[in-house]
Amino acid sequence: MANNSAVLAAVVGIGQTKYQTKRGDVSIAGLVREAAVNALQDADLTFDDIDAVVIGKAPDMFEGVVMPECYLTDALGCNGKPMFRVHTAGSVGGSTALVAASHVQSGTFKRVLTVTFEKQSESNAMWALSSPQPFSVHLNAGAGGYFAPIIREYMRRSQAPYDAGIKVAVKDRLHGARNPLAHLHLPNITMKEVEESMMLWDPIRFLEACPSSDGACAMVIVSEDVAQQSPKPPAWIRGCAMRSEPTMYAGREEVSPQAGRDCAADVYKQAGVTNPRKDFDCAEVYVPFSWYEPMWLENLGFAPQGEGWKLTMEGATSLDEGGDIPWNCSGGVLCSNPIGASGMIRFAEAARQVRGDAGAHQVDGAKLALGHAYGGGAQFFSMWVVGAEKP
Amino acid sequence: MKKIAIVAYSQSPCVSQAGASNEVELIMPRLREVFEQAGLGNAQDVDFVCSGSCDYLQGAAFAFVSGVDALGAVPPIQESHVEMDAAWALYESILKIRMGHAESALVYGFGKSSPGELPIVLSQQLDPYYLAPLWVDSISLAAMQARLMLDSGVISEADMASVVARSRKNALNNPKAQLASQVTVEELLAEDTFVAPLRRHDCCPISDGASAMIICSEEKAKDWGKPYALITGIDHRIETHNLGMRDLTDSTSTRAAAAGAGAGSGHIDVAELYAPFSHQEIILSRALGLREETQINPSGGVLAGNLMMASGLSRVGEVFNRIITGEATRGLAHATSGPCLQHNLVAVIEGPA
Repeated sequence: MANNSAVLAAVVGIGQTKYQTKRGDVSIAGLVREAAVNALQDADLTFDDIDAVVIGKAPDMFEGVVMPECYLTDALGCNGKPMFRVHTAGSVGGSTALVAASHVQSGTFKRVLTVTFEKQSESNAMWALSSPQPFSVHLNAGAGGYFAPIIREYMRRSQAPYDAGIKVAVKDRLHGARNPLAHLHLPNITMKEVEESMMLWDPIRFLEACPSSDGACAMVIVSEDVAQQSPKPPAWIRGCAMRSEPTMYAGREEVSPQAGRDCAADVYKQAGVTNPRKDFDCAEVYVPFSWYEPMWLENLGFAPQGEGWKLTMEGATSLDEGGDIPWNCSGGVLCSNPIGASGMIRFAEAARQVRGDAGAHQVDGAKLALGHAYGGGAQFFSMWVVGAEKP
Repeated sequence: MKKIAIVAYSQSPCVSQAGASNEVELIMPRLREVFEQAGLGNAQDVDFVCSGSCDYLQGAAFAFVSGVDALGAVPPIQESHVEMDAAWALYESILKIRMGHAESALVYGFGKSSPGELPIVLSQQLDPYYLAPLWVDSISLAAMQARLMLDSGVISEADMASVVARSRKNALNNPKAQLASQVTVEELLAEDTFVAPLRRHDCCPISDGASAMIICSEEKAKDWGKPYALITGIDHRIETHNLGMRDLTDSTSTRAAAAGAGAGSGHIDVAELYAPFSHQEIILSRALGLREETQINPSGGVLAGNLMMASGLSRVGEVFNRIITGEATRGLAHATSGPCLQHNLVAVIEGPA
């Protein structure tokens, strides 16, 4: 395999919009610009300082704009510069961060602005995901219908208590209540309330599923020399990895996909992580349905196989219960889900933690954090490790 | 900047309708061919894979996901996708090699434009609030651009027809071309206009197909012992989306990208330009300052067959082919995206020293 000659890069600016069901007050251009300007202000830079822009979002059909980077170039101050558009399914927010980082790590650029967004209220994601294809089986149950049987299989294998998912749903909403940008603010949510919410795709209840949000997330990623001049602490990029596998193949392990395990092993190796639960101070992991927390705890090596739910039930992943490895302190995808941006929000929130800039959901003294995103039929993975200290 | 070697390239024939073949079936023969050229078995033998496609051509969200089925991605691979022409997938792959995360990469692009109405589909690429609701299609926008050029006296209709005549003639030597013939400027000008001032032959045809390429570090190319060409520079730039703010008779982004790619630091034997309309080839060759010495679009270019999302990569591949056969020692490839040449990429390709 290749030897790593990457230039050191760091996140020096992070900007997000408020996440909500419908941002009727701004156009799509206004939405991405809001996040971009916030990120530039955070980095104490202007559009003029930026060498290239990397944009990502989930399918174009979610807004009904074909290749929207053409239209968004003006709003992102990119005229006369390179504009790059990434699309890798639900993992796209993470992949976009990685592609943006590679613009710097390859030594090609010094300062890159990267933006991801979704304005789900402009269109209908359920429709966009359900257009029948002439040569394919028609899946019209949406993402929840796809993942529910896989979750049931996890429950069967692990003998997890029925309420492990309910616990995650409550925990992430309590985290989200600390985050003023989160879409859902449910500070008084209870296990009983989640349990009594409508069953959507058994075993996924309404309150165990992510919302549908409008929003954008942006970051400024720069080279080492620029990062050292930055007014606020940088988040150093310590490892980057992506993996893909087909949606279906004989013998595919769908509960704990090989692509996720391989991706984690790759990124941990780059960052020198040998014991993720101990080495990381926190993690922002793509959990759109509650049960994916225990499943990913195992897939990512935070818990032995079949025991992810124990960490959840013990409160190990909860900021409010003083857990040793808090997951999704921002509230995670369960609180805000502008699909194309959701992966980047994980990466950005991990960076906020190690910059000591996460406000009321800050993990005290966080030095090393994992950002994680997945997409498709849990087949596309992207991850990064960010640290307060230079490698 | 580290030079990147191209070791294999394959493009499908441009056909007006691929019939019942789905995208995976369009991709797979190309992959088999590039693996064979490079002496590789499958996608497991490269470090990185990147593709370019457009959901709106297939009429489905996440259309590229099925493309992964063509790769044999078991065990899992490092793979990414751009919703752009595959020339930009090539760009992403080059970054991966430059940063040392990969030594080799497979790049492919695919598009099946025939099931939809491409010019209308592309109207939805415009500003969704002010322009897209007007359904201004890509041909009408290009026609306005051509009208500007004719009215300002920058070109004549005969100039446009000679671009087409040369394309059709060059395409006679390209077995993958969709439109090839011996035709004179006079014959072309005798045809009716389609969307004035454009005649049908001024517009690229609708084509289905795919192309693929394998690139690697120069050291790896030497290890593999296959003939290779080097990408010595690559850059891309975008311009404002507001057509009224651009000088549509020029392409400043192409000029800037060419400068960034170092195109001016040597002679250019051959240039493959992604010009979907005849007058755009003139805009591009002028923006690039191409001279008599440069053979433009010896493949016929996209006027002879336009594989959406793959044509840009194919331009690079066509230059590669001519360097490998010794017809050229240094060439330029260009790719475009967006209405009226909004976004342009330039790559410089040379034979190994």
